[in-house]
Amino acid sequence: MLEINHLRHSYGSHEVLGGIDLKVDEGQLLCIVGPSGCGKSTLLRSIAGLLKPTQGEILINGVPVAGTPDNLAVVFQDYSRSLFPWMSVADNVALPLRRKGMSGARRRTSALEALEQVGLEGAAAKYPWQLSGGMQQRVAIARALAYRPAFMLMDEPFGSVDAQTREDLEDLVLQVRGVHGMTIVLITHDIDESVYVGDRVVVLSKAPSRIVGDLSVGLPYPRDQIATRQLPEFVRLRADVGRLVRGVPG
Amino acid sequence: MTVRKVLRGAIGVAGFLLVAEAAGRLGLIDPTILPLTSTVLGRTIGLAADGDFLSEVGATLLACFAGLLIAIVLAVPAGVALGTLPKVERATRPLLEFLRPIPSLALIPLALFVFIPTHNAKIALIVYACTWPLLINTMYGVRDVDPLAKETLRSFGFGSLAVLWRVTMPSTAPFIATGIRLAASVTLIVAVSVELVAGGEGIGAFLTHMSTGAGNMDFVLAGTIWAGAIGLVANFLLTGAERRLFRWHQERVGGTS
Amino acid sequence: MTAVSAQRPGVARRVAGRILSLWIMPVALVLWEVVTRWIQAVYFPPPSTVLVRLHELWFSGSWRTFFLTDDAIGNFLPSFTRLAIGWVLGCAVGVGVGVALGRSTRLSAYVDPLVHFGRSIPPPTLVPVFLVLFQFGGSMQVATIVFGVVWPIMINAIEGARYVDRQYLDTAQVFSLSRLDRLRRVILPAAAPKIFAGLRISVSLSLILMIISELVGSTDGIGHRMLQAQGLFDIPTTWAAIVLLGLMGFLLNTTFLLVERRILAWHRGARRTD
Ligand SMILES: Nc1ncnc2c1ncn2[C@@H]1O[C@H](COP(=O)(O)OP(=O)(O)O)[C@@H](O)[C@H]1O
Ligand SMILES: [Mg+2]
Repeated sequence: MLEINHLRHSYGSHEVLGGIDLKVDEGQLLCIVGPSGCGKSTLLRSIAGLLKPTQGEILINGVPVAGTPDNLAVVFQDYSRSLFPWMSVADNVALPLRRKGMSGARRRTSALEALEQVGLEGAAAKYPWQLSGGMQQRVAIARALAYRPAFMLMDEPFGSVDAQTREDLEDLVLQVRGVHGMTIVLITHDIDESVYVGDRVVVLSKAPSRIVGDLSVGLPYPRDQIATRQLPEFVRLRADVGRLVRGVPG
Repeated sequence: MTVRKVLRGAIGVAGFLLVAEAAGRLGLIDPTILPLTSTVLGRTIGLAADGDFLSEVGATLLACFAGLLIAIVLAVPAGVALGTLPKVERATRPLLEFLRPIPSLALIPLALFVFIPTHNAKIALIVYACTWPLLINTMYGVRDVDPLAKETLRSFGFGSLAVLWRVTMPSTAPFIATGIRLAASVTLIVAVSVELVAGGEGIGAFLTHMSTGAGNMDFVLAGTIWAGAIGLVANFLLTGAERRLFRWHQERVGGTS
Repeated sequence: MTAVSAQRPGVARRVAGRILSLWIMPVALVLWEVVTRWIQAVYFPPPSTVLVRLHELWFSGSWRTFFLTDDAIGNFLPSFTRLAIGWVLGCAVGVGVGVALGRSTRLSAYVDPLVHFGRSIPPPTLVPVFLVLFQFGGSMQVATIVFGVVWPIMINAIEGARYVDRQYLDTAQVFSLSRLDRLRRVILPAAAPKIFAGLRISVSLSLILMIISELVGSTDGIGHRMLQAQGLFDIPTTWAAIVLLGLMGFLLNTTFLLVERRILAWHRGARRTD
């Protein structure tokens, strides 16, 4: 379980996070939406232990986060700089497993399994830069999956791919979420995406940001890019989230 | 932030000098072989007021300037020619690729035969060594000129000389500047080397002279420090001038040969 | 089948093209030969004389010594050994210290002025110093080479290690890579293009420093042999040594570039698709 208490963060005198309180249950897929520049990445980097909060605390299973928790994986938006161009796709996926004391052969099989899960078993020997953007982001997801984290954080993971690929990747997240009982926190500025993917949507205000909305999404599974988006419930939720993001009282 | 950086740099230099001094005083380093830091620094300051040493420095710098200047006069037009005439460039490329790896210092004995006195041999070798970075950077620069700009000027009826003067040269200038900076960094190396081998006048000759007399290590080190200081100032001035004049320019390859 | 037969003439033509593009070499050689024979300049022997001398002096030995003569073995071997030791030591120190400094802003602030001063000293000026410190013999030459090549390598390594993309480091941290893995698999490869830029400079620099150290204070080596020839007014041997050193420079550079292309293949690939 992830618990965030009174989290504040400032860059110099510029306050970005203005006191965040949040609890995420195990197995949940939480989407965090907010306007650009409101501090979503700052929040995620704090959870991942990449930033030291100015104030407040973050607990994972009751233990305060100090440094990076080792049961946590991150998928960054900028895949081209988060995959290492000097390693093959398989090596990229297998790299984090070195810390887990697996043999080289075990690491390789795990990496290939994860690549298969994202539909990229054929690309193992390629280099990341030989793949399209969407495929590279799949590799980044495979790397996170192979790591078998309890928490997967995703920072606008589909912000730099085209619309069709984006839908495929959204469905990929829905498909892999159950695999290891992971808790997923997905950050996005796309309102539709948050409602479509999440089973809970948290809305942040402009910086210094606070939580201005917390909605549970009761849409049925399996979700479908066309059918689900036509449901009245989807339309209603999208409107609610939209109003919250824009700061219009609803 | 920068104040702290300067402070740390000063502490680093002071620390280095103190450790070296202490090592000498504690007998970790034999002061008869490697003199005390304080002695060396004293000599370094002393040399600044030593007319003989200054004239040696003058001789070295004069050769460097003369060599660099001659190289610029020769290599820049050659680079422009090769850059604008791709056919000539392609024909001569194997020859240049064959000559370029010849290390300049391998030519010292030959130069000492051909050019008399030593001073001229020194200048000739500096010219040779400086030619390569100048030639290559100029060539790259000319090839990098925007063809559209040339077309435009031509369409207004300007002749090729006017195009060369108004478009090619200005946009090649930053490349030439880079070539000059790289070439300048080679001049001191070549000059000192020739002086070490052949004597005559100059910092290298001073160092040889001092190191043959026993117990003059302090003078040798002081001379070396001055050579480093000259290199530092030259590089600082040229980098600064280049940055000021051509902020927008990106660096190209050069070389030490 | 068709692919192969379609490819053959293309390759053949390209090879033929390469060879034809070298036409200037024989032309220049013949011209040089004719002119030097005609004007009989003392210091410019015809290339044929130089090549004959090169062969006689160094490459006419028995097949058991790979056709090298005693003169060649006695001079090439010390030269190569010192060059190799000096260059490898310079690389190890330069890359090691450079990466450490690049990763620590604080440390590099302390030693920055020293590094900049060190690299400004023209390395040949240290030959007299090292001559006194190490006396004659191998170590003076090695020390000169190490001192000369260490600075460009270090400065490039500092820059390469300092500007490693933050997201690479974040990724390494998020996946809890060990310190060693982070260094070996993230920082070093990310800095490799810069490091290789420094190494490239150091190859030709090390050759220059080998020559000057041998010209000034050596009892063997190619540079020393060349100086001997100069003292005896043996012009063809002086020229033969120049040709030999030119060939060495060419071979060293070419080999280095081949290795670099292999190791940095990913870099060119990634850049092309950016
Ligand atoms: N390292 C940093 N230093 C200073 N300001 C920063 C830094 N990172 C982000 N910011 C600022 O903090 C604000 C929030 O950034 P971020 O968390 O990236 O927002 P989001 O991901 O929601 O777009 C922005 O105004 C941004 O300019
Ligand atoms: Mg962001």
